[in-house]
Amino acid sequence: MIVSQNPNAEAVSHRGWVKGSHFIITISFLVLTVSGYVILMSHPRLYWGKAGNDLTPALFELPISRNYHHNGWDKSISFKHLNGGQVTAARTYDIFNQNGWGRSTHFLAAWFLVITGIVYLLAGFITGHFRFNLSPRRGELRLKLLWRDFISHFRMQPHTPGKYGLLQRVTYISVIFFLFPVVILTGFTMSPAITASCPFLLKIFFGHQSARTIHFFAAILLLLFLVVHLVMIARSGFKKNIWKITFGR
Amino acid sequence: MRKTKLISRRQAIFAGITSAGALLLSGCLKKAPPTYGNILRMGDDLTYIAQRGLLSQRALAPEYQKNEITSFPVTDIGDPADPASKKTYNKVYQQLQSDGFKNYALTVEGSVARPGKYAMADLKKLAQRTQITRHTCEEGWSAIAEWTGVPLSAVLKDAGILQTARFVSFYGFDGYAESIDMLDAFHPQTILAHTMNGEGLPARNGAPLRLRVETQIGYKNVKFIQRIVVSDKFVDAADDIKGGWSWYTGI
Repeated sequence: MIVSQNPNAEAVSHRGWVKGSHFIITISFLVLTVSGYVILMSHPRLYWGKAGNDLTPALFELPISRNYHHNGWDKSISFKHLNGGQVTAARTYDIFNQNGWGRSTHFLAAWFLVITGIVYLLAGFITGHFRFNLSPRRGELRLKLLWRDFISHFRMQPHTPGKYGLLQRVTYISVIFFLFPVVILTGFTMSPAITASCPFLLKIFFGHQSARTIHFFAAILLLLFLVVHLVMIARSGFKKNIWKITFGR
Repeated sequence: MRKTKLISRRQAIFAGITSAGALLLSGCLKKAPPTYGNILRMGDDLTYIAQRGLLSQRALAPEYQKNEITSFPVTDIGDPADPASKKTYNKVYQQLQSDGFKNYALTVEGSVARPGKYAMADLKKLAQRTQITRHTCEEGWSAIAEWTGVPLSAVLKDAGILQTARFVSFYGFDGYAESIDMLDAFHPQTILAHTMNGEGLPARNGAPLRLRVETQIGYKNVKFIQRIVVSDKFVDAADDIKGGWSWYTGI
């Protein structure tokens, strides 16, 4: 049977701490996205490796501010004692830069995300939320089953009401235990003070600029997750689901 | 199903702790720089307290190999030797530069037993350190270079820094300024650099003397240093905070 909506299916009920942390993390994530975009606008070039700047080659550059491909550079001066062709040059272009509030807003929201995230992780393990509601059952982690679940999403066949589906659980687990840790740790890797104490961060993410690029792509994946998450909520009864995750019982 | 209350007590506690905690923590500790009642600055203070409390304060920033040195952009506010640069032009500096900085002397004053001036030769007689480190700009780029200079700690000790001292401010000829706390001031990699990649600082890279603080973001590294002021109280040397920028930039 193909149904376009399933208004009678029971939505998943959430515990108080799940709702509370979900709310704070959602707000923090939105603030981090906006401020992260503003920060990226002042240097929309991404690199791979230990260091990268306007005078070194980029992986790619995003056309998201007037800083895109600006050529406002004074003449290059080379160093006598270096033979790798390294130069120094002064910028003559007035760049877009709103990092004063952009950075501080980003880190303030990051504090809310990290502290709430830690509380959420602890509560998730202690209450068995991860074990009972989120981890896939034994023998379920098979491509065939995942594919079937994936297809059934397009056919709008609802899974067991009141519970998370297989694909849903695998996605939530990946977001909680992979994407968020990666985006937070790559954020740490960009900090000179943190990497002085924890130099292994620079090793596991291949350097400062690689960490920045991974941070960018992890954020893109999280945004993609948010979009799909919202589409799924809309298709399975937007009002009911939003009520359930915020103030509903 | 399970719940009867609209908002549970637990939910309220979680929300309360996470939001209030971030704001209160910074306000309660006396060692933090002033917050000016600004919520963003409170977040910066929380970062400052957490990084000072949780990280090793003597750990060295990573140092690199000579073949990892990269090109190095100059993105400061302007050239102090250029009369066309209204914001940064300094006649004294222009005169010093035209003489090849042979009359240059660094002023050290404030909470020190022996305030005075250090000519470049005096500075070079103190301990010297060479390091290949990464400059991390708030804009998002980074660059690796080799710096040689005198550790700030050597200068402060030579000037007889007083026990009451808590902050060190740096004033550049270009009108730019910054201040750091004692932990960063006495960090072994915090140096007053006079040499970059084996040659005297190129004009726009801060000649004749610039700061290197390797545990903070790039904008702490004052160029064209004219004087150093040691103080017992917090000084927002160039109105970073008023201008909307974080004073502490370990992240």
